[in-house]
Amino acid sequence: MPHRTFLWFIFPSLAAMILFIAMPIASVLIQSLYVEHEQVIVLGETCGPFGCTPSTTVDVEATAQLKEDAPLGRFNGLGTYLDRGHLAVNELRMAWAISDGLGDFLSRVMNLPFYKALAFTMTFTFVVTPLVIVLGLAIALGVNGLPKMLKGPTIFVSLLPMIVTPLIGSLILFWMIDADGIIGKTLQVIFDDPDLSLKASPTLTWIVLIIYGVWHSAPFAFIVFYAGLQTVPEETLEAAMIDGASRWERIRYVVIPHMAPLVVFISLMQLMDNFRVFEPIVGFSAQANATSLSYIIYSDLRGDQQQFGSAAATSMLTILGVAVLLTPVLIRTWRDFNRKRA
Amino acid sequence: MSIASQRRSPALIVFSTSFVILWVILAAFPFVWTLWGSFKVQADFFSKADWTNALWGVRTVAETGAAFTGDGYYGAWVEQDFWRAVLNTLIVVVFTVIISLTFGTLGGYALARSGYRYAFWLLMIALVFRAMPHITLVSGYLLPFFEWNLWGHLPTAIIVLVAINQPFTLWMLHSFFLNIPKDLDESAMVDGCTRFQAFRHVIIPVMWPGVITTGLFSFLLAYNDFAVTAMLLSQDNQTMVPKIASFLGSTQVEGNVMFAVAAVVSATAPLFALIMFFQRQIVSGLTAGAVKG
Repeated sequence: MPHRTFLWFIFPSLAAMILFIAMPIASVLIQSLYVEHEQVIVLGETCGPFGCTPSTTVDVEATAQLKEDAPLGRFNGLGTYLDRGHLAVNELRMAWAISDGLGDFLSRVMNLPFYKALAFTMTFTFVVTPLVIVLGLAIALGVNGLPKMLKGPTIFVSLLPMIVTPLIGSLILFWMIDADGIIGKTLQVIFDDPDLSLKASPTLTWIVLIIYGVWHSAPFAFIVFYAGLQTVPEETLEAAMIDGASRWERIRYVVIPHMAPLVVFISLMQLMDNFRVFEPIVGFSAQANATSLSYIIYSDLRGDQQQFGSAAATSMLTILGVAVLLTPVLIRTWRDFNRKRA
Repeated sequence: MSIASQRRSPALIVFSTSFVILWVILAAFPFVWTLWGSFKVQADFFSKADWTNALWGVRTVAETGAAFTGDGYYGAWVEQDFWRAVLNTLIVVVFTVIISLTFGTLGGYALARSGYRYAFWLLMIALVFRAMPHITLVSGYLLPFFEWNLWGHLPTAIIVLVAINQPFTLWMLHSFFLNIPKDLDESAMVDGCTRFQAFRHVIIPVMWPGVITTGLFSFLLAYNDFAVTAMLLSQDNQTMVPKIASFLGSTQVEGNVMFAVAAVVSATAPLFALIMFFQRQIVSGLTAGAVKG
């Protein structure tokens, strides 16, 4: 296809992506270098019958004017990146200096908002992704053995947790684990502890969020694996049987190698999706015990005082994280591409 | 199933069947339970006394006189104007799907037919864009949109959702167009069509299965979105998902969490219908990316 025609065809799509994906990234980069204006303070004197005292007042008008003239705020360089809310360089150095032992240091670090969010995001990503793959494969093997008649309805039901809006899915589970909800109550009875609440402790909140994540994503892995199972070469399976392979050995040495490319595909998708975990934290109201990178950006942007600079700095760090996550994939694809051309 | 390799021991059948049953319960029960509970009063669905109250509706009978009540739905749809959010969602979703498919088919077709290296790079960039957390992009939009008075309107949210949708749409349609034989449109061009005419008269008639599948996923992305619609739409223009989130802020205090439960069930119903009718397409769409590797 000539370059010119190609350009015409791709133009609308490309324009949309440049305007609303590439430009915002540039905008985030610029915003992250600025911070909000300080309020304009006027020094004055208040004089009463007993003499004058110096006072400070906020000049509301001048502050508003300043905001209007320079909506970005004032230039701050990399200051926002290094402050307590983000990389917290000074706090880290302090913590390292005064803490006795690695455990103490880590618990101090976990009090810093950025590292707290990063820890949860990474844990979520790297715990949910493998669990989803294992559970998805197990369900696919199970469903594959069902009588034909039952397969359709089973797939229908299995799709539900994945298709449902993440916020709604997490709300549905949140209401069930509420201390007055069905699961919450049942757990209280089982553990004989009327004060048991899944929302109270950080550990339990993390576990609940991870369970939600697996519940939500397992159907995706299941469907992909199930489709893969339909194309497992029958001859190889029979050959393995004749050679005396047990069922487990057939799964291990024929089915799983056949599925390997699918595992790569699912992990790539899951890493990308789990890294931006966000809605479950809103749905489970879990922000006290678990925050993710996406969530702290969201909470910076909400509220009366929107902190664009702070949100932008976290966004840049998140984008950096995505880049690191994707590098192996990109390198691999690049090699494949070159091999194909060669 | 008479093939020898498929024959399995009874113990294994029992084990794998019970595992599937367990999974089906895990997947379906929360929805059934919430649907059932949405017709009860709060004192039953969140029972302080006994969770079985939610089954029999003890408090519901005491408060409303019947075992089922539509109070939650009335409160959400009529008192809290949930219908307006539904209307907004409809507008946003319909336009997002139509525009992303139009852009996506053109772009996907070009990427599938161009043999140049830059097509590959565009796809790689699209993959990176696909991985961007939506909220990071939102934090880039907010300040400029405030400055240019674009914030809060439905068209803004629509075009943003279209753009966020593009990487995925491009990938999907690109791999779909690769499966349509090149000879088809090339022979049309030999007969004197321009590239666009070939696309119009030869490709468009055969592309619908792929477009419908991609459209389903565009629909899901627009319908399920929270980050963009919650941050970019004003109170009046809110769509369903941020509206439900805003119920939580206000209603838990008033003791009307049932509004949110009813709204959640209302918002899930269309998705339910979607899987009913398009199960085959959704399954084929999920696997489309995988088959290519």
